[in-house]
Amino acid sequence: MAARHLAPDTPELRARWGHFAWTKANAAKAKEIIARYPAGRQRSAVMPLLDLAQRQVGAETNTQGWLPIPVMEFVARELDMPIIRVVEVATFYTMYNLVPVGRFHVQVCGTTPCMLRGSDGIIAACFKRGMKPGQISADGLWTFTEVECMGNCASAPMVQINDDNYEDLTAERFDAVLDALARGETPKPGSQDPARHTVEPVGGPTTLTAMVGANHDYRGEW
Amino acid sequence: MLADRDRIFTNLYGYQPWNLKAAQKRGDWDGTKALLARGPDAIIQEIKDSGLRGRGGAGFPTGMKWSFMPKAPSAERPSFLVINADESEPGSCKDREIIRHDPHKLIEGALVAGFAMRARAAYIYIRGEYIREAEVLFAAVAEAYAAGLLGKNACKSGYDFDVYVHRGAGAYICGEETAMLESLEGKKGQPRLKPPFPAGAGLYGCPTTVNNVESIAVAPTILRRGAAWFASFGREGNKGTKLFQISGHVERPCVVEEAMSIPFSELIEKHCGGVRGGRENLLAVIPGGSSVPLVPAAEIWDAPMDFDGLKALGSGLGTAAVIVMDKSTDIVRAISRLSHFYMHESCGQCTPCREGTGWMYRVMERLRTGDADVAEIDMLQAVTKQVEGHTICALGDAAAWPIQGLIRHFRPELERRIAARAGEVREAAE
Repeated sequence: MAARHLAPDTPELRARWGHFAWTKANAAKAKEIIARYPAGRQRSAVMPLLDLAQRQVGAETNTQGWLPIPVMEFVARELDMPIIRVVEVATFYTMYNLVPVGRFHVQVCGTTPCMLRGSDGIIAACFKRGMKPGQISADGLWTFTEVECMGNCASAPMVQINDDNYEDLTAERFDAVLDALARGETPKPGSQDPARHTVEPVGGPTTLTAMVGANHDYRGEW
Repeated sequence: MLADRDRIFTNLYGYQPWNLKAAQKRGDWDGTKALLARGPDAIIQEIKDSGLRGRGGAGFPTGMKWSFMPKAPSAERPSFLVINADESEPGSCKDREIIRHDPHKLIEGALVAGFAMRARAAYIYIRGEYIREAEVLFAAVAEAYAAGLLGKNACKSGYDFDVYVHRGAGAYICGEETAMLESLEGKKGQPRLKPPFPAGAGLYGCPTTVNNVESIAVAPTILRRGAAWFASFGREGNKGTKLFQISGHVERPCVVEEAMSIPFSELIEKHCGGVRGGRENLLAVIPGGSSVPLVPAAEIWDAPMDFDGLKALGSGLGTAAVIVMDKSTDIVRAISRLSHFYMHESCGQCTPCREGTGWMYRVMERLRTGDADVAEIDMLQAVTKQVEGHTICALGDAAAWPIQGLIRHFRPELERRIAARAGEVREAAE
């Protein structure tokens, strides 16, 4: 989509990222990833390697990470791919950040099932905190993106912040999560409804109740 | 209603651990060697006899799909199983639960299905946003290898079979089987023309079958309990159990495994506490994920929730992602937001979709505010017909159908908004 564009290729960018190379751990990980695909098909590894590179950039910047063009060039060399083929992949898939993001990438689902359960209020809470779409907040903490369906529809509305999902949100529960993250804490992910475990009906499952307290084996009843 | 003993995904809610030891206590990996010893053709026949239809939305008979694979693949041109864990259809949230709470059902299913179609290996393509779920999946696959259940001489069957996990990175279109293959090959997820079909030319040009997570994960239980058991649930041609995902304006949204053909009213009253505000407050339902047309309240209430029952109402079961909307819903905005989704997810390859999804969304937004002429309703309908059936893949159809459903059942609401806005404009001018 037209909204996704590469960060400009400047001398400063080159100075900062031009010497990107795997950490020792990531070099081993990259080797393991490439081995998942048949010999000669290492190009299949471009997606997981771009994710690995983005995470390494994130570790270096204390953010979710992003993909400067020199880092894409590094991945292209690793896989013996023309750079344009790597840029195509990096620009096509929305989880690859093409510009820097804040420490926390707040991705709010706004698709209809979440909308029906109040995602408007969650988005409003983001703007109230000073977040702006695609930009880093003044304190460096937050980048806001409205995302498409995240597959958590039975526990809507929800957000994904970096690697974790926070579901069954109200504006209050959401603010509590953001406050905890801002304080450097690790709030409990998953449903933020204290009466809910995962995606059973709130208040308790209507089925498979024997599984709640024990690893029940139903084979005896077959 | 289905009895718990007949539910396949017993750890659906994750009260118990997903790991191998706990899964084995629930019955996974029980006598897999003996299942494989029946031979590929017997396994395919059992799945055919069970009546299992694909759980990824299209409902194609699973056993028949497996039978399209070559009976004698070569080392130079091996066969592949690709498992579609890209779950991105708005409303769908079932494969996530299988992967994070019952992954060994999926992994054992990958082995028996892969063996039956004489595949060399399976790739599980999991959407990039399922980050914690993928961590579980990687770990469960590693457990299976460590226990000798996968890899060389899997389950001591004499058959070598590998399972690899490949993460997506944010693209609904990669749920389309040929786009998934392109993505696995390291390219943009842009669908291929069919024919050729993946069974003829798929991953790396090799014969490939792409199946949904749920379709694969139920296979071992069907083989253990028998086709007749699975076929004892549901109406003719719509057999088995199904994970239903109910979202939106019910009292208690949830995911639940039920018998196919369960009436809509029973599904939401038994498990979800009914419609918010009571039955009379129901407006409309999208019964199978955003790609199927909505069904108004009066028509859905007693409908059997299965492929044929919903097709008869001009809709479809899809993935059984049931989106419930009550009378507080701005129905035009609800559909317009789906149009936005398809516009966002279009891969851009073909003109009717690349241009049409944006065009349809912008007209939907004007209809939402009433900033339109009445004649534009029929114009929008005509454009949806020009997109539908004229694109490389089904995303074009999927973008067209929700709008057609809205126009078919809520035209008066569209006209009301146009008249209301015209009235405001007149008043402002005076």
